[in-house]
Amino acid sequence: MSDNVKFVQGNEACVEAALYAGLDFYAGYPITPSSEITEGLSYRLPQIGGKFIQMEDEIASLCAIIGASLTGSKVMTATSGPGFSLMQEALGYAIMAEIPCVIVDVQRGGPSTGLPTQGSQGDVNQARWGTHGDHAIIALTASNHQDVFAVTVEAFNLAETYRTPVVLLFDEIVAHMRERLVIPEPGEIPLVGRLRTSVKEGVDYHPYLPREDGRLPMSDFGGVHRYNVTGLFHDMWGFPSSEPQIVHGLLRHLVDKLENRVNQLAWFKEYYLEDAEHLLISYGSAARSARHVVEKRRLRGERLGFLELQTLWPFPTDIVRDKCAHVKSVIVVELNMGQILQAVKLAVDQPEKVFLVNRIDGVFITPTDILNLLRLIQGKGV
Amino acid sequence: MAVKDYLRERFFPHLWCPGCGHGMVLNGLVQAIEKLGVSRNEIVMVSGIGCSSRITGYVDFHTLHTIHGRALAFATGVKMSRPELTLIVPMGDGDALAIGGNHFIHAARRNIDMTAIVMNNRIYGMTGGQFSPLSGENVSATTAPYLTIDPSFDVVELSKAAGATYVARTTTYHIKQMQDIIRQAILHEGFSVVEILSQCPTYFGRKNKAGSAVDMVKWYKKNTTPIGSKAKKENPELVERGIFVQEERPEYCKQYEKIVQTAMKG
Repeated sequence: MSDNVKFVQGNEACVEAALYAGLDFYAGYPITPSSEITEGLSYRLPQIGGKFIQMEDEIASLCAIIGASLTGSKVMTATSGPGFSLMQEALGYAIMAEIPCVIVDVQRGGPSTGLPTQGSQGDVNQARWGTHGDHAIIALTASNHQDVFAVTVEAFNLAETYRTPVVLLFDEIVAHMRERLVIPEPGEIPLVGRLRTSVKEGVDYHPYLPREDGRLPMSDFGGVHRYNVTGLFHDMWGFPSSEPQIVHGLLRHLVDKLENRVNQLAWFKEYYLEDAEHLLISYGSAARSARHVVEKRRLRGERLGFLELQTLWPFPTDIVRDKCAHVKSVIVVELNMGQILQAVKLAVDQPEKVFLVNRIDGVFITPTDILNLLRLIQGKGV
Repeated sequence: MAVKDYLRERFFPHLWCPGCGHGMVLNGLVQAIEKLGVSRNEIVMVSGIGCSSRITGYVDFHTLHTIHGRALAFATGVKMSRPELTLIVPMGDGDALAIGGNHFIHAARRNIDMTAIVMNNRIYGMTGGQFSPLSGENVSATTAPYLTIDPSFDVVELSKAAGATYVARTTTYHIKQMQDIIRQAILHEGFSVVEILSQCPTYFGRKNKAGSAVDMVKWYKKNTTPIGSKAKKENPELVERGIFVQEERPEYCKQYEKIVQTAMKG
């Protein structure tokens, strides 16, 4: 086996990807089932001159990486549901102040302490709506380790491109499962670095004045441009403002910079869609079983299609509507009570043809579970 | 460089009430930095939420106005990633020791090199005069119409116990001492705590019949005394001011450098 082929946990794949993407600084707090990410980076980061700190809680962890990001570092933290709940205020701060950072939520059963060691996809809506106020967010997920790697690198790229926090919504099953991972060669996946201002020293720099392409070049703390960063609504200098025009303009900017690029941000995979009568939509660990069902039933000539979502937010509404347009039924497979189901229902023209196949008992959904319900939906009985 | 070169005059007037002590703290802080001669590009000032925390907007450093109570956590990230920068973290009493109490003790425990300034006016000013963990007992506040029963933290004792390696207290009356204490705190390598008693005539003063801003500043003159003074022995009620702790202990970022060296050797 060559050096770049590994047999690892999903959490380790995330660690490898973060390092590949150029992670400089990580702050975290132990929580199952994400701790392997924190442990892995405590070992690996100082080997390359990076920084690791174990903070006093998850709030402090997200705050610390936001501070580090402002000095020009690529930053990440990882947690699970309870910790992700604690992070919501600072997440809103990173959205408002436009700070690039990556937040991994390895989902476990909830609410509250829930099922610490078992899988769930119950934080999908929390990633979207958990912090207060209108906002937009990017959340990516993956069903296998190669994709964990790919979306983790992409999370860093998107965070830098759009000056935004990016949430990686993994789940306990993918995080703790072991499978093969091929680490790409350096340069194989393009990396997006920090876009820094070309404004010279002594010339007025506007940290919050977007360029024509919408991007906002940054200046590192400690550099030649001294400016203010705040969670209050602010003007182009970063100074607090409650001018209605400025408030309106900033909120539109924060939402539009992502919502206007939904199709560009949408990562998904599709299988057998051309002639599909019934379409399964899934993501994360649940997508493994869903895809298995589709592959097996195809061998029997059943016209099933499969759409695996990797970008959950902003939800690729137009793409989903398009893919669902000509099928008899849409079956959403997920480990929650229908969080992506609702988004799919909102997207399609006939919400009555959208069905949920789920498990909410901490047990991984099997192909048999899916098949049993599929037969009902297809009108074939149990 | 003149003192006014450290201020962002573009953003004045400030939002503090007439007679507020926080402007005097701003003055003392800028004077101290001016004496130190640290380049403005090397200073990062991080604050949380509250009247005191608006101080970051008015100074011409790299400034980070964050969320309530978490300034020290943000500052820890800045300092860890760029240890050569000078970190100054002004906080209010509620910000530092109610919502931010956990971050306060852990920053002190790590002995990470930064200067925490607790601008203690014993009240939540921004939200309209509610009591704080530094109000102490028998104080009138908008959330204590029958007077407070909550005992106060002693910032100095708390900081000492948590591991801060520089701990000092002063007041807005003692402006020269304030400058000197802040200057030494910034120079100190490790976690420094400076408590500054700062008057809030609008809420604390009015609710507790403490008189005008001038009366409140005079109260600091009358009711505080240098550490270990004869006056303190005669009247234990007096509040001591001066430098309580100034000691050497390995600094966190320096310690982490050793980890990097070890890890790089493989």
